[in-house]
Amino acid sequence: MTTHPDPVREAPEAFPAQPHPAAASSAAAARHAAAPQATDWTDGVDTVPRADGTPEELQPYAELGLADDEYDRIRHILGRRPTQSELAMYSIMWSEHCSYKSSKVHLRQFTEKAPPSDRLLAGIGENAGVVQVSDELAVTFKVESHNHPSFVEPYQGAATGVGGIVRDILAMGARPVAVMDPLRFGAADHPDTARVLPGVVAGVGGYGNCLGLPNIGGEVVFDPCYQGNPLVNALCLGVLPVSRLQNKAAVGPGNVVVLMGAKTGRDGIGGVSVLASATFDEGSEQRRPSVQVGDPFIEKLLIEACLELYDAQLIAGIQDLGGAGLTCALTETAAAAGTGMRVWLERVPLREPSMQPHEILASESQERMLLIVEPAKLEAVLKTCEKWGVLATAIGEVTAPEPEGQPGRLLITWRDHVVVDVPPGSLVDDGPVYARPMREPADLILLQADRAETLPRPSDPDTLRETVLRMIASPNLADKTWVTEQYDRYVLGNTVLAQPEDSGVIRIDERTGLGVALSVDGNGRYARLDPYHGAKLALAEAYRNVAVTGAAPIAVTNCLNFGSPEDPGVMWQFAEAVRGLADGCAELGIPVTGGNVSFYNQTGAAAIHPTPVVGVLGLLANVADRVASGFVPRPGGEHEQLFLLGETHVELSGSEWAWVTHEHLGGVPPQVDLAREKQLAGLLAEAARVGHLSSAHDLSDGGLAQSLVESCLRHGVGARIAVPDRFEGGSMPFVFLFSESAGRVLASVPRGHEKAFTALCAEHGVPWELIGVTDQVGGALEVHGQFRIGLDELREAHTGTLPSLFGGVQPFEVTAPEALGVAADAVVAEGDTEPVAGSAEEPAMAAEVGAAEVEAAQVEAAEVGAPEVEAAEVEAAEVEAAEAADRPADRATPPVRTDRPTVVTSPAGATDQSADPTGDDAGAVAPRSDATEQPSTPDER
Amino acid sequence: MTARVGVVTFPGSLDDGDAARAVRIAGAEPVRLWHGDPQLHGVDAVVLPGGFSYGDYLRCGAIARFAPVMEKIIDAAAGGLPVLGICNGFQILCEAHLLPGALTRNQHLHFRNRDQILRIEATGTAWTNTFQSGQEVLIPVKNGEGCYVADTATLDALEAEGRVVARYVGGNPNGSQRDIAAITNPAGNVVGIMPHPEHAVEALTGPSLDGLGFFTSVLKHLVGTPA
Repeated sequence: MTTHPDPVREAPEAFPAQPHPAAASSAAAARHAAAPQATDWTDGVDTVPRADGTPEELQPYAELGLADDEYDRIRHILGRRPTQSELAMYSIMWSEHCSYKSSKVHLRQFTEKAPPSDRLLAGIGENAGVVQVSDELAVTFKVESHNHPSFVEPYQGAATGVGGIVRDILAMGARPVAVMDPLRFGAADHPDTARVLPGVVAGVGGYGNCLGLPNIGGEVVFDPCYQGNPLVNALCLGVLPVSRLQNKAAVGPGNVVVLMGAKTGRDGIGGVSVLASATFDEGSEQRRPSVQVGDPFIEKLLIEACLELYDAQLIAGIQDLGGAGLTCALTETAAAAGTGMRVWLERVPLREPSMQPHEILASESQERMLLIVEPAKLEAVLKTCEKWGVLATAIGEVTAPEPEGQPGRLLITWRDHVVVDVPPGSLVDDGPVYARPMREPADLILLQADRAETLPRPSDPDTLRETVLRMIASPNLADKTWVTEQYDRYVLGNTVLAQPEDSGVIRIDERTGLGVALSVDGNGRYARLDPYHGAKLALAEAYRNVAVTGAAPIAVTNCLNFGSPEDPGVMWQFAEAVRGLADGCAELGIPVTGGNVSFYNQTGAAAIHPTPVVGVLGLLANVADRVASGFVPRPGGEHEQLFLLGETHVELSGSEWAWVTHEHLGGVPPQVDLAREKQLAGLLAEAARVGHLSSAHDLSDGGLAQSLVESCLRHGVGARIAVPDRFEGGSMPFVFLFSESAGRVLASVPRGHEKAFTALCAEHGVPWELIGVTDQVGGALEVHGQFRIGLDELREAHTGTLPSLFGGVQPFEVTAPEALGVAADAVVAEGDTEPVAGSAEEPAMAAEVGAAEVEAAQVEAAEVGAPEVEAAEVEAAEVEAAEAADRPADRATPPVRTDRPTVVTSPAGATDQSADPTGDDAGAVAPRSDATEQPSTPDER
Repeated sequence: MTARVGVVTFPGSLDDGDAARAVRIAGAEPVRLWHGDPQLHGVDAVVLPGGFSYGDYLRCGAIARFAPVMEKIIDAAAGGLPVLGICNGFQILCEAHLLPGALTRNQHLHFRNRDQILRIEATGTAWTNTFQSGQEVLIPVKNGEGCYVADTATLDALEAEGRVVARYVGGNPNGSQRDIAAITNPAGNVVGIMPHPEHAVEALTGPSLDGLGFFTSVLKHLVGTPA
């Protein structure tokens, strides 16, 4: 590989090395104006002088997604029509993707409502939030979406999603140390899911594994609402010494602008090709598909080279190139410093030499970074890049701000022609802002009235047993090993916990044992029923998942996946979710440090469920104290006591059970009590530190039954459970096992610690109840008086689903290639609705989609009209045109429930279930609870 | 004096830090070697770590085999230098013809990461002399191209000469012929292993401590080897 030692100053150039930008601009204009035919294309490009001379030329701004008034505003800013390159830049930077024009007015709440934090070194608006975790160390983390590309081309879409978020983390000065991936697909048995899921999983794995980043968790969720709009979110965690924090500002006039990494090609410029075909029509058929293609090897080298540059203090500023490519990086770095910039575009190393200036500016080629370097350090920077085999090229320099405190200008030439001359801040900060109309969806009242609590429930032991087996085998609750086995969770040697644990835990300091826990969660069904509380529930679940490891939650990131903001119903859902998340973070006292908005996850009029995905980061002083989710085998088969923490109510609306057994979605989601979650987290952190916990597992989708099964199967330790008296009779044992009440944890406590543990519960105000014991000899999960299911039967049900859907087979069962061919053909012939046992080939084929298939998929995507606009970072900026939008009233307060564990009003509107205790339970384990901490009677909602 | 064990970093090496940590935990001094530096810096043994050297372009290990440092390692291995190739390192050793056979795409075509039981069969090598013959160990396996293949004559010879160092037990994670997980050269100083012993050296981060035996073995071997 070569490095281009191409110091700007030595380049033959029509302009002085450090031109006064405005002067240079006018000089250029004067020069070109003197040319005989200013209205002609100059070398095939639209220059600034030409734009001056042809003010009436029609431009395809509407095709690029700019509104009439937006285009007028550009003309006003520039005092002339924009050149082709400028128009491309404004259309990108003012898109929803980059400008947050629909979400800004709402996202401000994350800043306005943020609790004070002295840990936050960088927050919203930066590439990623940075949180200090010790005197020397900080961590940075962020989650982003790559939804639409992953539908078009699952492998590369998902792979470049990982690549993009990793560069965001790298740009903050951090070494990326782990990734997570919340994924959402359509129905598990839909033929297209068999195309999308294996490709996405292979892409996440292919990129992350090759980058050497452990994948420590995530989600795999199936719901028909994601059929045409799968959600591929990717989270990255990085660690940095506090002193190594990097900045994106292009400070220091005279500093060199260096483009580092992969060559620039025609990928990811679909929008711009519209422009090209509309204006030129010369060979537009040659345009490449706008699929970004990742090369994790180059990114790995980029990471190592950047870290070496940081440590040697060789760079003044850095920004990654992601969505909007060079346009975004140049304007953001200059705008952040208030400086100007002078760029020689022909110096950008190209994959395709025929690329035009507007294409170079809009290209989203992967694995690139923009560096700001002092001239004296340029040689050392180029040398380091050369050592790692990374291309690095000086393409421009930082120029001084305008006189009288005005920011500098971005001046870009291409072969001596001025193609761009703009104030960089006008692209970054002065974009349009909309307070879009919002209206509660008309169907919501009916939806909320249709409660799942009225559905018929299992009320005899046999049906209950069947329900347990059916639920743990359902796609959303089934074991996800088929997916997670494709990810490296060991690399870097600091993974303390990874999937299927509630949180990933990473050691960040080998010397002290300091570590962090991370969890990402979301529940689109809850958010559909109530976006405000749905967002809070997602936050509560991620918070609790971090807390069960013993970690103290300290910061939040989020990825907000929604339909079209132009639909008032969707906009209302978005506003409600943001409000819920901001309120929730304020209540929990942990700040949102950054995130991402993804709109237009919509096919025709059908939007996805509103899906706020929330990531919570927690801190563990010593990772050796972490608590895992599985029941632990003890020497001699000693039993441990099982405690259920929190309160169980009759809360089935939006539950996994209602969906799996009745295909029902209605009612209101479970209550969320963040004060209670906070108490629970305090209890768990202290109990973990003093060793009261053998295991702790969050209760969420699928309720207690799901958590029991997962904890049993983790290490093959069974359990014997006694249903508390309050849940005896009728369908109440079912409610005990499948209610999805929030704020609950299943904990196993070693012998001798019970008293101290329950005392600690009382101290923290957390209701507790002894519900049984672990049983490593019995080899079964037994619910006394109800059913007994052997661990083998549970395992078979729990682990069989994904392999049968997606064709995972044991390698030693792989048949000969010719037989495979037959199997694959047969699958195609049958339309692939049946499980594909025996064929390992099918998913891999999907993972290696050929170019033709990509194109076909794009056409398909265009036909279904599912454009996705993704915003690159959550930024709550000042908004000028924001008008107070009508805020719908908070939802009616649900039935009052006291927070304290005193007895609460009993079921209102109970149906066929009475909670009459039916005599004494003669089991070996009698449920027992502290009189003062008696959980409330389950109430119907 | 502490043994010095070199760990090579190629562009795209990923488990080099982990291998160095394992060497340190075993009680030796890890020495980082750079692919472009044709010097062994006086190390007593070498580990070729896992990863995707040179992006796995062309074939896994095919380019790394020509790295300047590899020329020296190939020479030194002929002279008895203990060399352990883990995962991508195993692939490099095969490409360098220090070990026979090749590693191909997993038969099920997926990358697979799981905790794997291995049976140690050859305990006379420089890297396995602290194990008992037939001992079962738990070591993470993680690869996309770990399917060991060789012609029948080679496989027969490996078995006849006791050069199958370890086999997969309780399920073959990648379709390797005859469940082969690790092999050695005739002298027993060069070992290639597909699973990752460096990921099983700490109770906190690994499924077991069984991997440590590979690194303590080389120390025992070096003590017994006249300088």
